[in-house]
Formats: sequence, structure tokens, C-alpha cells
Amino acid sequence: MPIADRVAVRLRINGEEAALMVPPYKTLLEVLREDLGLTGTKHGCELGECSTCGVLVDGTPYLSCLAMPLDLEGRAITTIEGLQDGSRPHALQVAFAELGAAQCGYCTPAMLLTAKALLDRDPRPTRQAIMDALSGVLCRCTGYLKIFEAVELAALRATTPPSRAEGGSRHD
Amino acid sequence: MTDELAVVGKSLVKPDAFAKVSGQTKFADDLALPRMLFGRLLRSPHPHAQILNIDVSRARVLPGVLAVLTGDDLPVKFGILPVSQDEEALAREKVRYVGDPIAAVAAVDEWTAEEAIELIDIQFKELPASMSIEESIAMRGEPIHGKSNVHKAVALEFGDTDAAMDAAEHLREDVVFFEGNTHLPMEQHAALAQYGADGKLTLWTSSQTPHYVHRALGKVLEMPMSRIRVIATPNGGGFGGKSDIFSHELVAARLAIVTGRPVKITLTREEVFYAHRGRHPVLMQVKTGFKKDGRITAMQFKSFLDGGGYGSYGVASTYYTGALQATTYAIPRYRFEGVRLFTNKPPCGPKRGHGTPQPRFALETHLDKVAEELGLDPVEIRRRNLPRPDSRTVNWLRITSCGLEQCIDRVVEESRFLRRWKSMAPGRGLGFAVSSYLSGAGTAIYWNDMPHSEVQLKLDRNGGVAVLCGAIDIGQGSDHILAAIVAEVLGVQLDDIQLTTADTDLTPIDLGSYSSRVTFMAGNAAKAAAERVRDRLFGVASKALHCETDELVARDRRIYRRGRPGDGISFAQAVQLAEAEGGVVTGTGSYTPPKLAGPYKGSGVGPSPAYSFSAAVVEVDIDTKTGEVRVPEVWIAHDIGRAINPVLVEGQVEGSVYMALGEVLMEEQVFRLGLHKFPSLLEYKSPTALETPVIHTYLIETIDREGPFGAKEAGQGPLLPVIPAVANAIHNAIGVRIDEIPITPDKVLKALSDKSKRVGPKAIPAFDFPALVKSDVPDEWKGK
Amino acid sequence: MFIAGGTDLVPNLKRRQFDVTTLISLNGLPDGHGVEGNPSDGLTIGPRITLDELAIRFADGPYRALGQAAGAVSTPQVRYMGTLGGNLLVDPRCNYYNQTFAWRKAVGFCMKKDGDICLVARSSPRCWAVSSSDTAPVAVALDAQITLRSVHGGRRIAAADIYKDDGIDYTTKAPDELITEIHLPATKGRMTSAYWKLRRRPAFDFPILGVAVALTWDDGAISMARGALGAVGSHPVDISSSLAPIIGQRPSDDLIAEVAAASDKRSRPLDNTDLDHFWRKRMTKVYIERALREASGLAPHEGKLTAGLKTVTA
Repeated sequence: MPIADRVAVRLRINGEEAALMVPPYKTLLEVLREDLGLTGTKHGCELGECSTCGVLVDGTPYLSCLAMPLDLEGRAITTIEGLQDGSRPHALQVAFAELGAAQCGYCTPAMLLTAKALLDRDPRPTRQAIMDALSGVLCRCTGYLKIFEAVELAALRATTPPSRAEGGSRHD
Repeated sequence: MTDELAVVGKSLVKPDAFAKVSGQTKFADDLALPRMLFGRLLRSPHPHAQILNIDVSRARVLPGVLAVLTGDDLPVKFGILPVSQDEEALAREKVRYVGDPIAAVAAVDEWTAEEAIELIDIQFKELPASMSIEESIAMRGEPIHGKSNVHKAVALEFGDTDAAMDAAEHLREDVVFFEGNTHLPMEQHAALAQYGADGKLTLWTSSQTPHYVHRALGKVLEMPMSRIRVIATPNGGGFGGKSDIFSHELVAARLAIVTGRPVKITLTREEVFYAHRGRHPVLMQVKTGFKKDGRITAMQFKSFLDGGGYGSYGVASTYYTGALQATTYAIPRYRFEGVRLFTNKPPCGPKRGHGTPQPRFALETHLDKVAEELGLDPVEIRRRNLPRPDSRTVNWLRITSCGLEQCIDRVVEESRFLRRWKSMAPGRGLGFAVSSYLSGAGTAIYWNDMPHSEVQLKLDRNGGVAVLCGAIDIGQGSDHILAAIVAEVLGVQLDDIQLTTADTDLTPIDLGSYSSRVTFMAGNAAKAAAERVRDRLFGVASKALHCETDELVARDRRIYRRGRPGDGISFAQAVQLAEAEGGVVTGTGSYTPPKLAGPYKGSGVGPSPAYSFSAAVVEVDIDTKTGEVRVPEVWIAHDIGRAINPVLVEGQVEGSVYMALGEVLMEEQVFRLGLHKFPSLLEYKSPTALETPVIHTYLIETIDREGPFGAKEAGQGPLLPVIPAVANAIHNAIGVRIDEIPITPDKVLKALSDKSKRVGPKAIPAFDFPALVKSDVPDEWKGK
Repeated sequence: MFIAGGTDLVPNLKRRQFDVTTLISLNGLPDGHGVEGNPSDGLTIGPRITLDELAIRFADGPYRALGQAAGAVSTPQVRYMGTLGGNLLVDPRCNYYNQTFAWRKAVGFCMKKDGDICLVARSSPRCWAVSSSDTAPVAVALDAQITLRSVHGGRRIAAADIYKDDGIDYTTKAPDELITEIHLPATKGRMTSAYWKLRRRPAFDFPILGVAVALTWDDGAISMARGALGAVGSHPVDISSSLAPIIGQRPSDDLIAEVAAASDKRSRPLDNTDLDHFWRKRMTKVYIERALREASGLAPHEGKLTAGLKTVTA
């Protein structure tokens, strides 16, 4: 495609600045996966009907398949690659791994980021609050229960002194 | 203490968990290669039409288009079953459903590929379409394939069922319908092909069955399989939907060969609905004779499967609608007649429970109705017909371990079913149902004497263990099964295991992640391989420790004398000794199921080395003013044999419950004007987090004598009882029978206001089934 | 075209339901997010307030129906991105129309895009796409007013007047006009409101019926009653006149049931959304009853009406 059809866009993703030339109609999803190699963000419909492509924008769950990069300049975008701290996994990632909350793993990045947004605003959510927060992300494997339990476990560990949180896991 | 299992039976973190939670798992569409092109398929807009002419000239000259293919570029027919080689990668003479692929392009980007597709001009002659079982039997115009719309008709009889019906003290007949639905994995299918200058082809594909894709590529591309490498990428959900051979896989490969560049095809969500191979719509009639005490004397079962446009697994699906009635209940005389009809819809195939959720729905609601007529409670009628462990069914299926009774005990007790079911609050109801399922098909798709699963191990001098196996993880945890079993046998830890799976160049065969076979079969192969390697390590260790090999145990990364942990050597030392003595330390193991098929034609579908059993109680809460049904709580017990990893088994059970609730309450693949009515994630309704019930899961361990460490399947069986349990609960709550899946609110209201208190089919169509294949009954059923 | 949240527009663009070469983003505008005023003087809401903010802001109080409707839109993700202005102007939906280009081509294009007939009602001269906004019937029930502006100037109209009963030409808003303000009139005494939404799943789904009611009270009796239906026609259907018998009365179970049963006449669902349209029609009175009961402080599910063919015997 001719270079004239592209526009310059500057995005802040996982704390890093990325300057790109992309066609203006490319969605954030496409730019993340195709131009930046951030393939941890998945796609299930590309129409906003499953939220598999979920990322965070300024800490809020967004649908990358419907978001236009030009609209997101100056905003902080977080993808699953930005959830862990260096090579240290986030508490939610540990809990998801321990409780089998990721079966096929395909909705998992969006689930994790959505759960992070929840815990950032409500550190000890009720089961109902978790269900509400995750209601926009479809999962076909788990029946959601292990996901709810993993969010609760991560919340418990994050809000309990380390010695007491140890007993939080049902599984040793 | 030392004989206690160290890895097996523990809820450890599965080996692929951290890759998945970090987004590092590479699914097929995550792969990209330099110079990669993008492929797109042009699909039929008509449900049934002849292709008169295809003109690709405008597409070919579009800048950015590198190749255009039509059916003549891939003329060899294929199909998953040897008896149904009826598919073409790109249709040549006619199309059989909206979505049938006709042409393909490879272009520099997806937009150009899409544009090129629209520049292909096709002239069709539209033909009358058959969109239902009844229309297919009536057949207007020409048949969809060959001379008739009947794809497969079967008729089996075990003993004289008519005589047994005559002698029965109570008879009942029911007709029910189960609408089709689809797998809806969150990952859309994708395939990436690369053709090297060395003449070798590599295909990465989101497939549950790389071995069959490998075979089909060899056949269709007319290339030796030795020059083809198929690598299955972790599946972002399968549920049976990625266990066939798909047009886009063959087309990507041909496009890569034609262009000399890597080509990726990722299906859109809409296309996934056309790829389908999902749950067959099935119309069923079940007639059963009983003694007054509720014991079954004979059953006659008829099923009509709406197959869609191609064969797929349909021959097996047809048999499966009749196979497992007798593994769930002790049925002394049994007749099964089934027919699969071609229709102009996307082909149906195996979805979780393959061909058995539909008859399970028929049978479990039927038994509830009979119990009511006989004055028995729903639990008691099942108890009076339980199959026995170590028995053979009337249709010659061998049952080994059987924990059905324990499953029933557990859910009935935990839900307080018998104390509650007659005194529920208004709109509330409890339903009960049971089921059984295969732990892998006992006969392979291609009949031969070779193993169904093979594992190879290679040990590292530092104690690492490489495990190579053809099995592919589709989220069910097969990677964990392989790693846990090898780690257990060798006394190492999960961290010591390196897995290489599902790569036809590197890994020995596993037939695929379908029919709930991987834990049982790949698990047994892994165990055999590990035991062989352990024997060799014990040989060198016994010399070093001056003891007999049978005194040794492998545990905690050491090999030592039983009861004397200090008297041993490290695992790595043992490997080094073995390597010094005899070179590279490798071992292989295989699993071939015992010959289980009965002495009749058609006996290949149904046998399994072991059956799992499940029982479920479901509570419903119905808004009688709107007909809406909510499921607040589910109790489910599953005879897993042994849980290799309890948390993963629970996940399979919970996921099965979820999928069953979707099927019973909302999911349906329906058509209008010849088209899929709503091929989208918004309008094909899939339950959300908000509909999740409380699920109580109970794992019943029966330690199957042939399963690896006693394990059986968990991925499919637990789906089965939930669907009829919901239907039974609705009846319990408000006294209506919805004999048609899915149970939508309009049907509930209709039944409430109808005199019959029922919604469902009234009769089966007239159809001449073939002459019955009459089989003798096994000795244990003679004279009963 | 203008784009704000994009959650309705972008899927439609991907399915090629609009031919648009240029999008003008409103997301760089500094204002249009706020809520000003109070119930006794009237409120002014910026159109770019997100549906999530709206749901939180109007979680209770006289305009609660607006919060309920906003909170019932699709998913949390869509509510974080989508705006009130966008939801008020959701492109009417139809399951012959909200399909990919290839699907629509295969079925034969409909008049709403690329074709010349209505596939739901083949002899119909008009398009029957369904008004699928949750907030639109609430805006009508609350008697909201809307300010529109373009380079040519501004105008303020009643919410009901922004809609037209046509699936294609569904709004009186000119293409170059923008909603700049939504005004909720001052309450005349205590007001309660409620929104009931029918859909298959509690998330994701558009309404297949929406009922918004607003009641103003005077010493335990209803002094004013307004209501509107969503998703049963190509525009939000004002049912205020059929609610009139309740005015001046203290609502009872029987009165509400009677009024609700008589208020569903203008509900005309067709077979172009999810679930059976006869059932949707029958559900209308039940949902009107529930919405009225909720706004009257009565247990919503304990009404007398049923969507069944006949009355259910308890």
C-alpha cells in the first residue's frame, strides 16, 4: 500500500513509546499484533462481541478491535505483555496458573487485564463484582469458575500479610 | 510412604500455564514469517448450486495478488474417514452449503486478498436446497451427493427386541429433537504454510488432529508424507471443532507451493461457523419395555441425523447415537436404527460428546417419564438398571471400572435430591440424569495394527527429560498428563520435563486430541516409555548400589533402595552411568488398545478401553410469567478412574457443565433462506460469566485397571447428564416437557399454556431403514 | 461521519454497512463529558459521557432509569468506550442487516444497504430495522431535550423528535449536526423511574424489548406518568398516553396490571432480532408491568400478568 496512505501515530504501550506509520483505518488490535509484534493480544470476532482483544487504556478495559490508534495518542495502553514486572509474573497470573484458570489460554490475556482493572479499583471484590467485571469476556473452556476463584485468590494474597496469604490456595 | 504418588494426583501447575497467562503461547495466527502472504477463501453464496463457470482473470491482475486457486488446482478428494472421501479443498462442480469454499487467493495483505476474492466471477445454476431432515428425505431436485441424500443408514439388533417388548409389563415411546449447535472455540482456525527450496512443506495449524492433516496433505497435494511436516499449534479451544481436515489447511499449503512464499490463512469468525463440524441436529424415537419394578427389558432406538453437506465424521456420529445407551444402563435386548442425511448446511461432525448428548437427552428424559408412570423416583429407576463393573453390554461393549453408583450416591446425597425434589418452591425444580462416555475410541479411524499413541523419551546427562509425543494440548491439559506421568515414573519433577508435541517430523504418532483419548492412550504410552527408561536406570543403579533392581525406587530426583533414601544415587548420576554403559538414554512406549470390537458389522464404533460415568443434579429457577429458565446450582459427580491432576479434572468438569448449559438453554445453529441465521459471536448465544451457576464437582476414583495410574477421561462425559437434568428439572418445577433442545423461554411458555404441557416433535418421518444386522448377545445376556 | 466511542460505528464499518471515506473523531474535544444542574432545576449532560460513568452517576435518584439503561448496554468494555450520544443514535439493527458483506450479498441485499427490498417484510415499502438503543426510550420517558449543533447553528428539540419511525432514515439529526447537550427537565415533585430490558443474556446483548417509565408523585398518588418502549419498532415508542389511567391514582397491583396490559398495543416486534417475535410481543405487557411496579416501589416480579397464551394458574 502506498506510503501516502499511512499516518504517523505515537502510542505509549506498556510504558514504552512507539512511533509508527500505519494506515489510519488499522485498529489498535491490528497495530499491536502486526506492527508491534505484541501477539499476546488475541482476537475472537473483531466486532466487539467477545472482548478477547481486551487491553487497558489508562487502566480501563478497552476493546482493541474497535479502538482507533489515532484516538489513543497520549494515553497509556497496557497489554498482557505489560502485566508482568520484568520476568516476575503479576499476582493474578500466578493465581490463574495455580488454579487452572487458563485452559486453552486464548481468552486469558483479556481476562487477566480485565481482572487487573477490577482489583486496581476494588482490591477485595465480591464474587458478584467479579462476575460483573468479567461479564464482557467470553470463555468457552472453563465455565468461568476457576477464573473467579483465581481473581479471589490474587485479591486475598494482595490484601493479606504474606504469612497469612500462604493458606489462601486450595491446592498445594 | 515411598509408594505414595509424588506427582500424579496432585493439583500442580501445568507446564504450559505460565506461557498462557503471560500471553507467550503462540497460537497459529500469532505466527509470522518473513515474506509471508495472506490467503483468503471465496465461499459459496448458495446452499446448493452447480458451478457453471469460474473466471478469476480480474483477480489475478489485481496488484498485490500472487496466486489464485480454484478446484482444479486441488482436485483430489479427501475426508477424515476413509469411507467418506467426499470433500474437495475448493469445490469443482457444485457447492453444497453457504460457505463451501470455491476459490482462494494469496496476496500481500488481507485487504488485497479480500478485494481479489470479490473480483472472482462465478456463474451458478441454483438447485433446490434441503435444509432439514424432512426436506432431505423428501429430496427435491438432485441428491446432494451420489444417488441419494442418505449418507449412512445402519440397523443393528442384539437379541429379539420385539419378543422382549411383547413380554414387557410397561412400554413407553418418546420422540424428541436436539437442534444443532457449534463448538465456538474462542480462537478462529488458522494455518501457516511454508514451502522450502528443498521441496519440503511445513504447515503450522490450529488442529486437534495433526496426524490426519498430515495424511490428507500427502493425498491431496500428491506429495510423499516424508516431505511434509505438520506442526499443531496449541489450540485456542477445540471441543471437536478442529479435529477435521479443513479447506484452508490444504489451500494454504498449495498457495505456499505455488508462490514459494509463506502463506497464512486465518478464518474470520463468520467462516468458523461455516467450517463447523459441530453437533448434529438429531430427531430421535426411543421405545423401551420395562418390568413393573422399573427394570428395562428391551429398547428400540431410532435416530435421524441432519448431517450437512459432507460426510466428515458422520458415519461414526451415526453409530454413536446408538452406541452408549447400553453402557449407561443394563439393557438386555437392544435395537438401533440410525440414518444420517445430507442437507445443504455446513457439515456436522464431532462436538464434545460426539453423537451421544442427543440420545442421552432422549433417554434420560424418557426414563424420568417412565419413572413417573411406574411410581418410582427418578433416582430409583436408574439404580434398578445400573451396568456392572467388569461386564459386557448387550452390544458387546466391555466395561471395566464403573463408578456410576458412587456418582449417583454422591450427587443425590449432596443435593439432598430425594428430600427436596417433591417440595420445591414455586418455579423451582430439581432434575437428575446420568451418563457414560468413552476414554478413547477403541478402534482407530484407519484400521491397522499399529499403536494409537506413542511417546519417546530422551534423557539429559543433567537429569532433564525430553518427552516427545504427537498429542496436542487444546486446553484440556494433555501436556500436563504427559509430563506428570513421566515425572512420576522417573521420580523427577515437572520442571525437569521438556515437552515437544504434535510435530510430525519430531514426535511419534498420537492420533489426536479427540474422543477423550489422550489421557488414557498417550498417558499409557508415556508410562510405558518412562518405565522402560526407568528399568535401564535401575539396571545401572542396582550395580552401583549392590542391590536388586526390584529393591529400587525413583523419587525426589534420586534412585534409592526402598525405605532407605540415603542409600542411593541422584537421578542425573544414574543417567550418566547408563549413558556411559550403553550410550544415549532414550526409551519409547506405545499404547494399542485391546481388540474390543464385537462380532458384528458396525462394531467398530463404541468400544473403548474404559468408560467414564457421570451423574448430575441440576436446580432450575423458572420465571413462569416469561418462561425464562435460570440454573442457580449444579451438583455433578464424575468417575474419573484416577485424577492425574484434580484441579485440571475439575476444570474439565466445570467446562463441560458450562457448555451443556449453553446447549440446553440457548445455543443453536439455525438457518434461514439457506443461510446460517447469525454467524456471529453476538447472535450465536454463548453463556457469559453472569450466568455461571454454583457448581459442586465430585471426583469419584475407581482406579481403572488399564488406565494410566487408573485414569479415565474427563473432557466430554460430564457434559452429558447436564442437558437432560435441566429438562427434567423444568418438568419437576412446572410440570411441562420440552422435548426439544434448546429450551428457550417461548417454548416453556407455549408448553405451560398448551393442554399437552409439552413442546416437541410428534413423530418421526417415514423411512425405510436397511435390514437389521442381527447379532447374538454376549453369554451373560443369554436367557435374560 | 463522526466517531466517539466507536463501539457501534466500527463494527458497522467493518461489515461495510456504511461507505465512509473520512471519520471525524470527537475524542479530542475538551468538553462534553459533564453533568450539570440538579433534579429540581433540571440537568444538562454532555453527550460524550461514557455509558459507564452514566450508570454510576445515575445509580439512584429520579433519573435512575437512565443509569439502569446505560448500565445494561452490552459489556463493561463497551460501556467504558461507548458514549451517551452514540447510544442515543445507535444505527437501527436487523439480523438481515447486521451481517458481513458476503452474507448480505448471499442473502440478497436489503434496502437499508445496497438493496431495494425489506427482507423481514418483503412487500414493505419501508425498512423495519429495530431501534436498539437502551437509552433512547429512557430519554423519551424522561421527556429529555436534545441540543444539536452544526456549523450552521444550533437547535433544541424533544428527545422524541430526534427519532423517526423508519429503519433507514431514523433520525432528524442532520449528518453535519452533533448532539452537544442532553437536558433532563426539572422534576415536578418526587419522581421515580425504571428501565426493564429483555434480552437472552445478561451481558453483550442488545435489547429485544426495552421499557422505560417515569412517574411523578404527589402525596402517594401518581401525578404524571410517561413511558416508552425500545426495540419493538424503528424508533422508541412513546406509550405515555396509554399510561394515563394511572394518573391521579395510588398504584395497586390490579391497576398496574390493567394499565400495563393495555399499553402494549404499539409494540410491533418483527422476526428480525433474537428470539421469537410473538413471544417478544407477549412479553411487552409483562415488562411494562414490572417497570411500573419497580417505579412504584412494588416487587417487580410479583405482578399479575404473564406472557403466556393463557394465564398461568398458580
